[in-house]
Amino acid sequence: MSSPDTPPSAPLLEVRGLCKNFGDHTVLHDLNLVVPRGRLLTILGKSGTGKSVLLKCLAGVLVPDAGDVLFEGRPLSSEDAPGLAAFRRRCSYLFQGNALLDSLTAWDNVALPLEQATLLPKPEIRARVRDALRRLELEADADRYPSQMSGGMQKRLALARALVTRPEIVLFDEPTAGLDPIRRNAVFTMIAHSQREFGFTAVVVTHDLPEALAASDRVALLVDGTLCFKGAPAEFQDSASPAVAAFRDSASHLAGQIAAIRRGEPVPADLA
Amino acid sequence: MLSATGRSTLRIFGELGDFARFTARGYTSAIGSRRLGRRLARAIYEQGVRCLPVILIVGTFTGLVLGLQGYHTLKGFGSASLLGPLVANSLIRELAPVLAALMIVGQAGSALTAELGIQRNSEQIDALETMGIDPHGFLVAPRLLAALIVYPIMTAFFALIGLVGGWISGSVLLPLPGSVYWSSVYRAIGPEDVAQCIVKALVFGGLTIALCCYNGFTAHRRSTTTGARAVSASTTRAVVFSSISVLAADYLITSLLV
Repeated sequence: MSSPDTPPSAPLLEVRGLCKNFGDHTVLHDLNLVVPRGRLLTILGKSGTGKSVLLKCLAGVLVPDAGDVLFEGRPLSSEDAPGLAAFRRRCSYLFQGNALLDSLTAWDNVALPLEQATLLPKPEIRARVRDALRRLELEADADRYPSQMSGGMQKRLALARALVTRPEIVLFDEPTAGLDPIRRNAVFTMIAHSQREFGFTAVVVTHDLPEALAASDRVALLVDGTLCFKGAPAEFQDSASPAVAAFRDSASHLAGQIAAIRRGEPVPADLA
Repeated sequence: MLSATGRSTLRIFGELGDFARFTARGYTSAIGSRRLGRRLARAIYEQGVRCLPVILIVGTFTGLVLGLQGYHTLKGFGSASLLGPLVANSLIRELAPVLAALMIVGQAGSALTAELGIQRNSEQIDALETMGIDPHGFLVAPRLLAALIVYPIMTAFFALIGLVGGWISGSVLLPLPGSVYWSSVYRAIGPEDVAQCIVKALVFGGLTIALCCYNGFTAHRRSTTTGARAVSASTTRAVVFSSISVLAADYLITSLLV
């Protein structure tokens, strides 16, 4: 799948010295990250730390203010329009809110990237769409519109659309946001299962710690626009870093904080 | 004060340049856009078929009022037989292109601005980009092309039904003979009138639908509002700017062609 001018042993996706500002506000500061081929990397972090911004920079939707994103060793910033289009054909993005086109049926949503961005013949497109819908158990709902589907079905439909182009890398932006624990598990199982089945590289942005640690090959922790940890899930569990410990142990701190509040003690500074 | 004026001027010129680039990209992206026909048909339906009842109603009443006012004014000068040319020239040169454009902006233009604004807010436009689909070719190009087809046709419908309205006023409700009305209408309309009407319809169509698309597409850039209020503000802006641009362009074209 690698292009002929890919540098040997280049990682599939790499971030070098990436900075992103919105006005005077620095969201990402000097990020360096390697996304290994065929693995599931999870980027953890509290809300508002720049996880989605990082993912949009990886997808080429946002342009970094400094640094670069490299795909197979080639900076995205140096790609012309056809080069960027070729990258996008090999990469899929699953949006937090699914971003399904609400005026199209489930079938048309899944067929859209194949019809508009590839030169595949119609019978091949039909076969691929049918296959994607069948794998995600949506075959019977092909004629329904996204607004006629439940949240879980919409998530599966968005995943079907993301996978129908057979991408080499899939970027998931908070795929479990707003879901109950059972559905959260189901979504992570679906991602891990699809990743094994289709063999793509996955980058998942989330703040759901237990599910992420169970499903991922690698994890990274983003705190205030800086990567504080990169490593295997087991290393994350054992890390003594204060930033990692604060994120990892936040659930176990909850009982103590609630008890303190009920005793009338001052609210901890980070909650006030 | 001076710096604020300078900043505003720069912002206005910046936005004008941005709008010109957006419009040019909308038209050029039609060239490589796949399956354009289906989206073009939908845009023609939304701007044309769905606006036709409003066009016919407003056209009828415009003709009725023109006939009524014109008859009584001309009768005072003993020239009631000139009602046909008055109605025909007023409709074909000015009122049909202007009012048809304003009606289409009010119905289809506002709807498409809101639709694009919601698609922008719900990241549907970002999703198209990540799928390698040019959002200009997919969403904007069919609407711009549809406007160039629909506006002249709707203007023609407006003018024709307006002429019928003038006949109802002058010859059915008032005593001007129908043969006098229609023969004077026929003599009054020349090729240059029709050409002016078509030029105006094409310019108004290209301008107003581009403005509506631009405001919807850039709904996320409104610095003062976000979310649903940004969509609402963009829709209002699109209708107001389109209406003003129709009247300004009408004056410019008339002054060039008269």
